[in-house]
Amino acid sequence: MATRDKEKSATVARVPAQETRSDDTVALLRELVAHLRANRTELREHWARRITEAKLLTAMTKEEIFAEATSVYDNYVEVLETGSVDALQAYARNLSERIIPRGVETHEVVGIVLLLRDVLARSLFGKYKQDFALLNRVLDAYEPAANRIANTVAVGFVQERERIIRQQQEAIRELSTPVLQVRERLLILPIIGVVDAQRARQLTEQLLRGIRSNRAKVVVIDITGVPAVDSKVANHLVQTVEASRLLGATVIVTGLSSEIAQTLVTIGVDLAKMKTVGDLQGGIEEAERLLGYQVTQVSEPKPSLEQAK
Amino acid sequence: MEVPILKQGNYLIASIQAALSDADLLRLRDDLAQRVGRFRSKGVIIDVTVLDVMDSFAVRTLRSIGQILKMRGAETVIVGIQPEVAFAMVQLGLSLTDVWTALDLEEALSFLDRLAKAGHPDE
Repeated sequence: MATRDKEKSATVARVPAQETRSDDTVALLRELVAHLRANRTELREHWARRITEAKLLTAMTKEEIFAEATSVYDNYVEVLETGSVDALQAYARNLSERIIPRGVETHEVVGIVLLLRDVLARSLFGKYKQDFALLNRVLDAYEPAANRIANTVAVGFVQERERIIRQQQEAIRELSTPVLQVRERLLILPIIGVVDAQRARQLTEQLLRGIRSNRAKVVVIDITGVPAVDSKVANHLVQTVEASRLLGATVIVTGLSSEIAQTLVTIGVDLAKMKTVGDLQGGIEEAERLLGYQVTQVSEPKPSLEQAK
Repeated sequence: MEVPILKQGNYLIASIQAALSDADLLRLRDDLAQRVGRFRSKGVIIDVTVLDVMDSFAVRTLRSIGQILKMRGAETVIVGIQPEVAFAMVQLGLSLTDVWTALDLEEALSFLDRLAKAGHPDE
């Protein structure tokens, strides 16, 4: 919640909430608002039609578009009347929150607001076409306000999207990879998902800290869950292996699938510095050998509880 | 600042106490080269735990220490590299070859013992 408040104040700082208006402008805008209120139904329908024609908001049904169009229209008129974008800002954020998960794009949101601006401007042209000087003055009053509205809605939408992206990044970071001890002085690091520069860095730091605190001698890094390994990821791996060696630990990389192995050979990555073993089990066995463990089966497997009952 | 070099059985232990200047590093190299001959040491352990920076000169000097001592018949083990330092080193592409690395002094001593028993350094 705190971040939301912060973002809100940031918006207010960028777009002044209250613009200064001359008496003439106020009078004109009042006339304008009266006109927009009088023709509310017609203009709103016209706008909704234009949205459908332009193939915007395809993720929403016709009824939804009309309902949202009504709210946006009323908010729009209110901003023109009061000059304060606070209510619109809140509404834009709320709207974005609802439509972003449905896949509405930035260009669509900007598009519909610009369409409304266009629809209203045309209606003004129609009303004042006899008096060109008056039309000019009306537009002088209307344009800045309309621009500010478009700006507010677009910024609100983009901010909401950025907030969601930040939230997701946070979630990914928290899902990050654990460093697990399986035996005295043996760690495993199962990596799952895409490895980018930032994650690779985080992984390496975590592993190095793990090596130190567990006094590990051997580390098995399993990359079965890494969808693709390119030269960059391979490079990160080499760096991790090198850094671990500096702390006195041997690294065994496991889970290189045949496709990945082929790619690496094709792009010519030098993995000579790395010990690699086919799968995690093999890696752990190799690690045990390095540590001097010998695992032997001393009796037949015990029957499981279900069978014993 | 001079680095104290302790003799422990067949091994020498150089324990760095504070950040070293380039001249200090060179003196450490010369001291070690000389003492390895005098004490007929089989292994040298250099403890770098206190170093929170490792520049290219330091890495190069450590590498040359490894090469020199090898020619004089001793293995070199660097211990106590901090995780952050290790990470920075690989990022800068400074590779610490020609020396062994271990987590700490205890590790290095047991490693050198094993090495002496096996007769040949082969991990």
